[in-house]
Amino acid sequence: MHRLVVVALVMTMALAPATWAQPSASQVLRWNVGTDFETLDPAKSTGIPEATVIYLLYEGLTQRDPQGRLVPGMAERWDVSKDGLTWTFYLRAAKWSNGQLVSAGDFEFAWKRALDPALAADYAYQLYYLKNGKAYNTGRIKDVSQVGVIAKDARTLVVTLESPTPFFGDLLSFHTLMPVPKTVVTGNPAWAGKPETFVGNGPFVMKEWTRQNRVVLERNPNYWDAKSIKLQRIEFSMIEAESTALVQYEAGQLDGSSNVPVADIPRLLKTGDFKAMPYIGTYYYLFNTTHKPLDDARVRRALAFAINRTLITARITRAGEKPANAFVPSGIVVNGTDFRQAGGPLMPVYDPALAKKLLAEAGYPNGEGFPTLTILYNTSQRHKTIAEAIQEMWRQNLGVKVNLTNQEWKVYLQTRSQHNFDIARAGWIGDYRDPKTFLDMFITGSSFNEGLWSNKAYDRLVDATTKTADQAVRMKAFHEAEKIFVQDMPLAPIYFYVQPILYKNYVQGLATDPTGPPLLRNVWIEGH
Amino acid sequence: MASSIPVSDSTDPGRALARRAMNVPGPAARDTTPSVGFWADVWRRLRKNRGAMIGLWITVFLIVAAIIGPSLSPYRYSDQDFDHLFEGPNRAHWFGTDELGRDVLTRVLYGARISLSIGFVASFFNVAIGVTYGAISGYAGGRVDNLMMRIVDVIYGVPLLLWVILLMVVLKPGLTNIYIALGTVYWLTMARLVRGQVLSLREREFVEAARALGVSTSRILLRHIIPNTMGPIVVTMTLSVPQAIFVEAFLSYIGLGVQAPMASWGSLASDATEVLRVAPHLVFFPGMAIVITMLAFNFLGDGLRDALDPRLRGTL
Amino acid sequence: MGGFIFRRVLSMLLVIWVVSTMTFFLMKAIPGGPFTAEKQLPPEILRNLERRYRLGDPLWKQYRDYLHNLLRLDLGPSFKYEDLTVNDIIRQGFPVSAELGVLALLFALAVGVPSGLISALRQYSFSDYFSMLWALLGVSIPSFLLATLFIYLFGLRLHVLPAGGWGTPAHLLLPAVALGMYPTGFIARLTRSSMLEVIRQDYVRTARAKGLAEITVTYRHALKNAVIPVVTYLGPITAAVLTGSFVVERIFAIPGLGRHFVTSIYNRDYTVIMGTTVFYSVFLVAMNLVVDVAYGFIDPRIRFD
Repeated sequence: MHRLVVVALVMTMALAPATWAQPSASQVLRWNVGTDFETLDPAKSTGIPEATVIYLLYEGLTQRDPQGRLVPGMAERWDVSKDGLTWTFYLRAAKWSNGQLVSAGDFEFAWKRALDPALAADYAYQLYYLKNGKAYNTGRIKDVSQVGVIAKDARTLVVTLESPTPFFGDLLSFHTLMPVPKTVVTGNPAWAGKPETFVGNGPFVMKEWTRQNRVVLERNPNYWDAKSIKLQRIEFSMIEAESTALVQYEAGQLDGSSNVPVADIPRLLKTGDFKAMPYIGTYYYLFNTTHKPLDDARVRRALAFAINRTLITARITRAGEKPANAFVPSGIVVNGTDFRQAGGPLMPVYDPALAKKLLAEAGYPNGEGFPTLTILYNTSQRHKTIAEAIQEMWRQNLGVKVNLTNQEWKVYLQTRSQHNFDIARAGWIGDYRDPKTFLDMFITGSSFNEGLWSNKAYDRLVDATTKTADQAVRMKAFHEAEKIFVQDMPLAPIYFYVQPILYKNYVQGLATDPTGPPLLRNVWIEGH
Repeated sequence: MASSIPVSDSTDPGRALARRAMNVPGPAARDTTPSVGFWADVWRRLRKNRGAMIGLWITVFLIVAAIIGPSLSPYRYSDQDFDHLFEGPNRAHWFGTDELGRDVLTRVLYGARISLSIGFVASFFNVAIGVTYGAISGYAGGRVDNLMMRIVDVIYGVPLLLWVILLMVVLKPGLTNIYIALGTVYWLTMARLVRGQVLSLREREFVEAARALGVSTSRILLRHIIPNTMGPIVVTMTLSVPQAIFVEAFLSYIGLGVQAPMASWGSLASDATEVLRVAPHLVFFPGMAIVITMLAFNFLGDGLRDALDPRLRGTL
Repeated sequence: MGGFIFRRVLSMLLVIWVVSTMTFFLMKAIPGGPFTAEKQLPPEILRNLERRYRLGDPLWKQYRDYLHNLLRLDLGPSFKYEDLTVNDIIRQGFPVSAELGVLALLFALAVGVPSGLISALRQYSFSDYFSMLWALLGVSIPSFLLATLFIYLFGLRLHVLPAGGWGTPAHLLLPAVALGMYPTGFIARLTRSSMLEVIRQDYVRTARAKGLAEITVTYRHALKNAVIPVVTYLGPITAAVLTGSFVVERIFAIPGLGRHFVTSIYNRDYTVIMGTTVFYSVFLVAMNLVVDVAYGFIDPRIRFD
C-alpha cells in the first residue's frame, strides 16, 4: 500500500512541472462569431464568420503579422520574375495536424480544386489571376494541367499569372488560396465538416463543432510556429441576436463578439469595449442611370450633395464611421501610401447650396417637376432609418419627394440585378487590398454595374491597370479613374464602414483584417 | 347526466312573444318584464355591465383619437429633429422622441389608424370566415367535416412566409396586402375551436329537440348553437388581435405592408426592441396602446357574450 | 373506430401531399434562388451549380424526383450548409426544440388551466381580474420582447440565469416561459370562459342546490366539457411549439429547428424549406388526429359522421 502511494506521489510530481510550465490555464478565448458556418472548407467558404475560423485552422503561402503587414507563411521566401508573371515559392518544412508534411503538391491540388467547375466555389474568381484560371473554371478549357500552378517538387511551387498582379502576394493569405491535405480530401468530400476527419496546417485544430451551437479549437502542437501561439483554446459561440451577445459579454460569459447591437455602440465606445476597426467598405446609394432624370449627372450630384453625411454617421450609425468624400475607403495601403489619403477628398460631404444650384441647372428649380422616385433597400432597421433620414433631407434641401420601399433580401438582389429600381441602397466590402476591388465593378458591361453607367475614359483607365506591374502607374490610373467616377456620380457614397467588434481589455494581441474577419492568431489573455 | 330543460325552448324570445300573443301561458312566471326587441334587450344588459361599458368607451376614444388625433398634434409623423434624439417623455414631447427625433405621440396616434383597422378587419375575418366555416364543418360532420378540416390543415402547413413573399412580388406594397395575408390564415384557429364546440353541442338534447321540431339548419346554427359557443369565440377574437398586430408588424418589416415612414403600433414596438435598454419609452407607449386596446376589446367582448347569453336572459 | 382512423390516415397523407406540392411550386415561384448573392457568381459557375443540384431540370421533373426521394424519407442535402443533409438538420434540431416546447406547454397548462378555473369559479372577484390581467398581458406582449426582457433582466441585472445558450436545465427556464406565455394566456381565457358556460347550465345549478356530493360529480363532469376548447387549441399549438419558435430560439441562441423554418426561406434553401414543411405538416395532422380521438374520450357522444 505504501509503495502505491509513493509511486502515485512520484508520478504526480513528475507530471506537475509539465502543468506549471504551461501558460496560465485561463488562456481560453470565448468569442461570438454571430452565426453558424455554411462550411469550413477554405475553398468553398465565403462569409466573415467562416474566415475568422479558417484563418486559425489553415495557413496560406503568406500571412499577416500583428501589425497587418504581409509576412511569410508556408512560403519561406519567394521570387518574382521581371515581367511579374512568374512567382516561385519555396516552402518551409511544415506539418499538417496529422503529422504529414505540407507539400507544394497540396497547394497545387487545393488551387486546382478551388478552380474545379464541379466544385463551383463561390470565390473561385480569386484565382482568376492564374494563367487559364478563368478559362478552366468557366469550362472553356477542360485540361486542368494548363492552369498556371505546378509543384516543381515537394517544396517548390511555381505560379504563372495571366497578367502582372502586384497585389498577388496579398491574395496569397486569403482563405481561398489556402492548402488542403491532398491525401485527406481526395475521396472524402465531407472532410471539413467533422473534427474527426479535419486536418489543417494552422495554429489551431478543430476539436468540436456542434451545429448552430459552437465550435471549439485547440492549439495545434504540429504547427510550425507553435511556440508563438499563446492561446490554448478558443470557444466560438454562434449567437445571432446581438442584444443577447451583448448581455453575455457584460455578464462575463463572452470575451468578445463579432456582432454588436447598434443602439448600444455609443455607450460601449465610451467604456472602451467597442473598438471601431478599419474595414474597407463603402455604403452608398446606387442610381439607375437609365431612369430619367437620373441620367443627368447634375441631378445625381445634386442628390448626392444634399445628403448630410456627418449627421448620418454622428447621429444614426454612431459607430465611428467616416462620412464618405469619395468612393474608395481608406485602408488600402500600396507601397506605404494609403490610397484614400493620397487621393484626398473628391467631393463635399454635404453642400446643400451647391445641390440646389445643380438641380436648378438641370431644370428642376426647387424640385418643381421632379418625378417621384423610389429608394429601394433591403429589410433592416439601419437601412430604414438612413433611408427615412435621406428622404427628409432631399425634401427639405431640394424639394424632391421620394418614396421608400423595402424588399426581402433575395427579392431585393433580384430587383437590383434586373435594373428594376430608381435608387437602391448598396454596400461593398473590398476583397483584397487594391483599388481594383472597388473600381473594376463599374466598367461598362460588368454584371456588378447594376446602375448601367458607362464611361469610356473610365473603362480605359481601369483596363490600363491590368496591363502593368508598375504600382506607381497603376495607382495614378486608379486615381484618375476615381476622379472621373466621383465627378459623374453614378452612385452617392454615404459613409465608409467600420468593423464593429467588442472585446474585453484583457484580450490582447487582437488584430483585424480590413476585408473583414478579426485575426485571433496572436491573442493572449492578460491576467484578470 | 341531467339536462332536463332544453335551454333554448323556454327562453327563445321569438317563441315567448308568439306565446304571449296567443295568450298561451309561458312555462315560467318570469315573463312579467315588458317585452322588448332582441337587440334592445342585449344593449340594455350590456349597459349594466360596468366593465363592458369601460371597454366600449375606451374603444370609442381610441377610434376618435386615431381619426382626429394626428391633426391635433403640432408635429407630423415624419418630422425629424436631429437635436432631440431618443428623448424621454417631456413637455415638448409627451411620449418622447425616437431615433430620428420624431414625436412618438404623433406616431402612436397615426399608428392607431393602421393597428385599429387591422384589429377590426382581422376580427371581422375571424367571425365572418372562421365562425361560419367551423360551425358548418362541425355541424355537418362526417366527410364534409373531414374535408373542411383537412383544408384547414393544408393552409396551416404551407409556410406563410413563402406566400407573403409572393404577394410582395406580385402586388404593390400596401395595407391591402396585409389584409390578404391575414385573411388567408387568420381565421384558422377560430374555425377549429368553433368546430370542436359545435361537434360537442350538436349531440345535445336541445338540438335534437329543435331538429325534431323541424327547425331549419341555419336557424339551429344561428339561434341555438352559435350563441352557445360565444365563449371560445369571444376569447379567440380578443386574443387574436395582438397577434394580428404583430403579424402586421412583421409583414411590414419585410416589406409587404405599409412602408416607412408610416408605422403601426406593432412596427413601432418591434422596431424599438433593439433599443430597449437605451430608450424603453419607445417600446412602452405603443406597447401600452396595444395592451389597452386588448383590454378594452376583452371587456367589451365579455360583456357582449354575457349580454347575448340566452341562459341569462330574463335573469338580469 | 378502426375504420375512422384508417380513413383519417388516408386524408392525412393527402394533406401532406397537397402541402408539399403547394410549397414546392410556391417556393420556385418567388424570385431568388439558393445561389443569388450580392457578390454574384460568374454565369458559368451558376450553371455548374444548377447542374449539380439539378435546378435546371424542368419543374415537373424536379417535383417528381423530389417526391420519389420523399417516399424514401430522403430529404436531400442542404444548399446552404455544405456538409449537412436535411435529415441531419432535423435530427439535430428537433430534440432541442421538442424539449423546449414540451416544457413551455407544460408551463402553459400548469398555469393556464388552474388560473382559468379559479377565474370562472370566482367570476368578477379580485382574483378573476388579476389573473385575467396577467393572461391578457401575456398575450399582448410579443415573444421577442419578452425574450429580450428576460435575458436582460435575469441574465444581466439579476445575474441568476444564463443569458441564452443551451445545455443545462438552467438554460431551459427562461425560454420555456417566454415561449409559453401566449398559450398560457389563451388557455387561461378559454378555460375560464368554457367553465363559465358550463357552470351556468341548469344541471349544475340543480346540483349545487342539491348538495355537496352532487357538486363534485358535476364539477368534474363540467370540467371535462369545459376542456374541449383547450384540447382543440392544443392540437396545432403543440405542433408549432414543438417544431420550434424562430424568435425565441434566435434570441436565446438555442440550437433548435425553429430558426430553419424561417432562414431556409430567406436563403432559398429549397430542400430545407421542403423538409421542414413536410416535417411540420406530419406533426400537425398527427396532432389533429390525437385531438379528435381525445374528443371521443372526453365527450363520448361526439361522433364524426
